[in-house]
Amino acid sequence: MKEEKARASARVDGRGPGDGRAFIGMPAFPEAAAEAVGNDTLRANLRHATRTIRDKRAVAVAELDDWAELREAGKQIKDRTLHRLDHYLVQLEESVTAAGGTVHWAADAAEANRIVADLVKATGESEVVKVKSMATQEIGLNEALEAEGITAYETDLAELIVQLGEDRPSHILVPAIHRNRGEIRDIFRSEMGKWGRPAPEGLGDSPAELAEAARLHLREKFLRAKVGISGANFMVAETGTLVVVESEGNGRMCLTLPETLISVVGIEKVVPTWRDLEVFLQTLPRSSTAERMNPYTSMWTGTSDDDGPSDFHLVLLDNGRTDVLADEVGRQTLRCIRCSACLNVCPVYERAGGHAYGSVYPGPIGAVLTPQLRGTTSEIDASLPYASTLCGACYDVCPVAIDIPEVLVHLREKVADRGGRGHRLEKAAVKAAGWVLDRPGVLAAGERVAARTRGLHPGRLPGASGWTDSRDLPRMPAEPFRDWWRKNRS
Amino acid sequence: MSSPTTPSSRDRILGRVRAALAGAPDVPPPSRGYATAHTADDPAALLDLLHENLADYRAKVHRGTEAELPSLVERLLREHGAGSVAVPPGLPAVWLSRTTVEQRHDRGGRVPAGDRTSPAGAVPDATLTPYELDATDAVVTGCALAIAETGTIVLDGGPGQGRRSLTLVPDLHICVVRTADQIVASVPRALPRLDPGHPLTWISGPSATSDIELDRVEGVHGPRTLHVVLLVDAEDGGGG
Repeated sequence: MKEEKARASARVDGRGPGDGRAFIGMPAFPEAAAEAVGNDTLRANLRHATRTIRDKRAVAVAELDDWAELREAGKQIKDRTLHRLDHYLVQLEESVTAAGGTVHWAADAAEANRIVADLVKATGESEVVKVKSMATQEIGLNEALEAEGITAYETDLAELIVQLGEDRPSHILVPAIHRNRGEIRDIFRSEMGKWGRPAPEGLGDSPAELAEAARLHLREKFLRAKVGISGANFMVAETGTLVVVESEGNGRMCLTLPETLISVVGIEKVVPTWRDLEVFLQTLPRSSTAERMNPYTSMWTGTSDDDGPSDFHLVLLDNGRTDVLADEVGRQTLRCIRCSACLNVCPVYERAGGHAYGSVYPGPIGAVLTPQLRGTTSEIDASLPYASTLCGACYDVCPVAIDIPEVLVHLREKVADRGGRGHRLEKAAVKAAGWVLDRPGVLAAGERVAARTRGLHPGRLPGASGWTDSRDLPRMPAEPFRDWWRKNRS
Repeated sequence: MSSPTTPSSRDRILGRVRAALAGAPDVPPPSRGYATAHTADDPAALLDLLHENLADYRAKVHRGTEAELPSLVERLLREHGAGSVAVPPGLPAVWLSRTTVEQRHDRGGRVPAGDRTSPAGAVPDATLTPYELDATDAVVTGCALAIAETGTIVLDGGPGQGRRSLTLVPDLHICVVRTADQIVASVPRALPRLDPGHPLTWISGPSATSDIELDRVEGVHGPRTLHVVLLVDAEDGGGG
């Protein structure tokens, strides 16, 4: 318990490697969201993007008449794995090692960052190319490497936009979803030259031109890269195979061309069998990019004699995941395959954007994952379970059937049990009401006083302004119901 | 190399996992009520579905017979303006018998250390460096199998396919699918036919991104043009 608290505070207050520089001093969700909602460009960008992908996803899912069965199988495979996680992790370690890879275990962000930095230094290199990876964002790997004199180049287009713009990611799949094409063109024009090959003269803002600029900018980095760093979407315990799904080919470049490959993967990404991939390779692309299949999927098992990196390291990351596993209700969060469908359907995400969630995991999944990984000791993390209307759209689209509303309510209970200013007021009110309701005479007297003084009641209650400012006080009836009943019916 | 991880980190994580699960009931093996395929096993229908789905994701699809293949490959390379083509080990020589562009045969294997940054200047039957591949316009390969429902071709590095970088760095990829025995209906039908011990690349259309306003754009880092040639029997009729 002591250890848990110490880790939580290091993650939250120290803003150490666990958070990177990205989310330093984040305000609680309501303040951050209020600011985002006031930004018209951001709202327009988000509305356009989320609506586009939402409709496409529905079409892609409707193509499969066994979607419900695939979803159920995905849920069950993940549950089965989580309930025997120690067994599958050990099996995975054996398989990867037998295939020529080296497995490392990292209990927290700091340990993972140190392992990676040491591995890079051992190669003598001072730069690495990176595949987009939530796990390495979560642990703030780029900043940790920078502190060791190692430059990490993000190669996913959206990650490149975020890195060049010294920005923060705001979506799991499309980290630069908050940027429109004009903003991206401006970032490329002003920043690319500082990192390498400048943007072409007269760069326009069509997505094709922007993609071409990224291709030219990154190509020289891919060709000379000696070290690649990735995450993985799946790790197969029985074979030791890692799987990365992507679209652009930057992943293939990083996984194929370097001599050393380091993959940092959360322990919950393991699946037991090769066959299990048949479920997730159908549900992930359709949920994520609304495609029957994403353009590129790479699978590799350790090292091979004549193809790709000769040195492969797998860093298995805990960083709070075992805390999530220990919570009977919250455990289901670890089924997540990071498709981001829940973000795209969420009315709160669509209006507030990803930055308001104060974490690399935004949207509904972030609202349940972040407070469990980091604890709820900070203001932002304690406010995240409330960043939802509990409408349930996230649960409906989730390809592994995570009941996000259930977990949100569970986390609200945990936050409320600990108390806090708002909750003390609420608790006092409920306690007082309980006392009155237990005493019929007191209740009747109170009702009569309330009815006779109704002309004097204000339109809104003072005090708990967060709730009452936007709500009118209900009008009191002329007499209590019980008095009316006695006169007219008894 | 020896692992820099102290044994305690491994033990600590596994210990925390076991503590987290203490008392939790075991979960039965998953029920697999989903379909093995969504399409009837009719070869002609699978061929049409593969064709349609490949084209839907902007691969350029052709049908041709074995006899027509050399001229089709010649025409595609010429129309693309290719001056050089990478050739993986084991590619039938006849496929490139009509083209006159420079053929750069990859020996396979790893590029020797220290040789990776040597500038382009193709040596016959060498292992092409990333830079040499970057200076190569096209690549022609076969594949391990193709998945009709998703419009996917899968490469496993077998004969005629080569190392993964061969089909990645050049800007034009021409991939030949033997329709008689290489098409499967679905992902569940594909996995049992693949060996996870080989590096696998699943390709569904040319390189693409949805990163700008979630609009799909073809052509980022991988080959921007993907031609898929569906090799059919003579009696099924060809025509590029």
